[in-house]
Amino acid sequence: MDTYVSHDPREDAYSKPLDKLDVSDPQLYFTDTWYPYFERLRREDPVHYTPESPYGPYWAITKYKDIMKVEVNHRVFSSSDEFGGITIEDPPQGMERTSFIRMDPPEHDEQRKESSPTVNPMNLAKMESLIRERTCEVLDGLPRNEEFNWVDRVSIELTSRMLATLFDYPLEDRRKLIRWSEIVITNINAPDAIVRSEEERFAEQLKFTEHMNELWEERAKRPPTFDIISILAHGEVTGKMTLRQRMGILILFLVGGNDTTRNSMSGGVWGLSQHPDQFRKLRENPALVPSLVPEIIRWQTPVIHMRRTALEDAEIGGKKVKKGDKVVIWYISANRDEDAIENANSFIVDRPRPREHMSFGFGIHRCLGNRLAELQLRILWEEILKRDLQIEVLDKPVYAYSNFLRSIKSLPVRLAA
Amino acid sequence: MPKVTYIEYSGTEHQVEVPAGLSVMRGAINNAVPGIDADCGGECACATCHVYIDPAWLDQIGPPEPGSQEASMLGFAAAAEPNSRLSCQITMCEELDGLIVRMPEGQH
Repeated sequence: MDTYVSHDPREDAYSKPLDKLDVSDPQLYFTDTWYPYFERLRREDPVHYTPESPYGPYWAITKYKDIMKVEVNHRVFSSSDEFGGITIEDPPQGMERTSFIRMDPPEHDEQRKESSPTVNPMNLAKMESLIRERTCEVLDGLPRNEEFNWVDRVSIELTSRMLATLFDYPLEDRRKLIRWSEIVITNINAPDAIVRSEEERFAEQLKFTEHMNELWEERAKRPPTFDIISILAHGEVTGKMTLRQRMGILILFLVGGNDTTRNSMSGGVWGLSQHPDQFRKLRENPALVPSLVPEIIRWQTPVIHMRRTALEDAEIGGKKVKKGDKVVIWYISANRDEDAIENANSFIVDRPRPREHMSFGFGIHRCLGNRLAELQLRILWEEILKRDLQIEVLDKPVYAYSNFLRSIKSLPVRLAA
Repeated sequence: MPKVTYIEYSGTEHQVEVPAGLSVMRGAINNAVPGIDADCGGECACATCHVYIDPAWLDQIGPPEPGSQEASMLGFAAAAEPNSRLSCQITMCEELDGLIVRMPEGQH
C-alpha cells in the first residue's frame, strides 16, 4: 500500500490521483484520518471504481442516497458467502462462518425470522430493569480522581454482561465470550492481532462452537426460554442446523451485539467531550437522551462498511456496475453526507430526525439488535446524568487497525470526586 | 382535508389531518404522533412504521403487494398480523378519509 507523502491527510486526500484513492486501507481508520478522503469522493466521484486494492478491484459507494438504493435492492446486490460475503475482504475459502447476515432470501428470511424474538420489543422491555441494575453497579464502582480506561471499566463491563444475558451464559465467565469475539474480528495483520492466521482463527471458532453446542443440546431438551441459544435450538429451521451452521449464527450474535455497542458506549463519551456546548445542553435537559443515543451511533459509525456482490449488471449513481463486481457501501461516509444529513460533521444532541443515519444499515439485513443497542446506551446516559458524573477525557481514543469495525481500544478518562 | 385516526398501543387516540398525497407515516411524523418511528424516512427500508389497519378499512387498503419490498420488510416486523402494513407505503387520498390505524407495542 502507498505510504503517505504528506502528514496532512487533507492534503494527501486532495492531491492523490483519483484512481489511486483507496479508502479500504485500515491505516485510515487506525489513525482516524479517513474524513477528507470520503469528502473528496462524495464531491468528485461518489460511485468510485477502485481498480487496485489489497482486496482486488471494487466500487466504493460513498453517498447516503446511493447506499440506501443498494441496501434496498437485495435481489441484485447479494450478501451471500457464495459470491464473497459482506466484507471487502473475501472470507477465507472453506472457512466461511455463514449465517443470515451472509445469505440472500429465502434462506436468510427463515433464519432471521426465527432469531428475531430474542430482541423483539416485548423481550427488550423485560431486559430493561436488569440492564439498569448492572449499569448502576458499574457506574457506582468507578474510581474517582484516578485515570482509568473507560473502554475496559465501562464499555466492556456492560456489554460483556449483556452478551452473557443474551446467551444465558454464566456471568462469571463472560470475559471468555469477549475473548472469542475478539478472535472472530481481529485483523490478522494488525500489530496487536490475537490470532495470526485464518487457520488459527477457524480453530478457535470451532472450539467456541463446540463449547456453546453443549448448551445448545441441553436447551433443545428443555422448554424454550428467551436466550438466543434456546430460541435457535427450538427453531423449526435453526433447530436442525449442523455444527458448522451453528458456528455461523452463534458468531453473528457474539459479534453483532458486542463490539459495536461497546464502541458506541466509548464513542459517545469522546464525542461529547469534543463538543462541550452539546454536553452542556444535554446536562441542562436530560430529556434529550432519546435523541442523543442515535446521534452517538451515527457519530461513531461502529460498522465502517458492508460489502455486496452484483448478481447482474446494474446502474448506481449513473455508473455501470458489472455482474460479479464487488460493491462496498461505506456507512462511515453516508453518515457524513451533507446532502442527506444537515451539519453531518457536527455532533448535535437534539437533531430533529436523529435515527435517519446509516449505522444500522437498511433493508432486509438492517441490524436486528438496533433497539437493544439503543436501550443499553439510553440507560447508560440516563444513569450518567442522574449522577451528574463529570467525565474528563485525558487523551484521544486509540482506534483498531480495521476497515470494518470502528473499534475504540482505549479512552483514558478521570471522574471528578 | 382527509383525516386519519392513529391509535397508540396504550389506546390513546390522535385524530390528524393528512393532506392527500402524503403517506400515513408522514402524517404521524409531521404531527408528532408517538408509536411510528420511520427510521429510514419512508424508503420502505426499516419496517419501523408498522401499523395495523382497522378491520373496517382492510378491504379498501388491502395487503402489501406480494413479492414487494414492503412484503419482505413486513415479514421481519415483530408481531406482524394479516392486517399489518408499512404506513410509509399508504398514500392518503379523499377516499381514505376517516382511516383508522393502530400502532404495535413497539417498533424495532
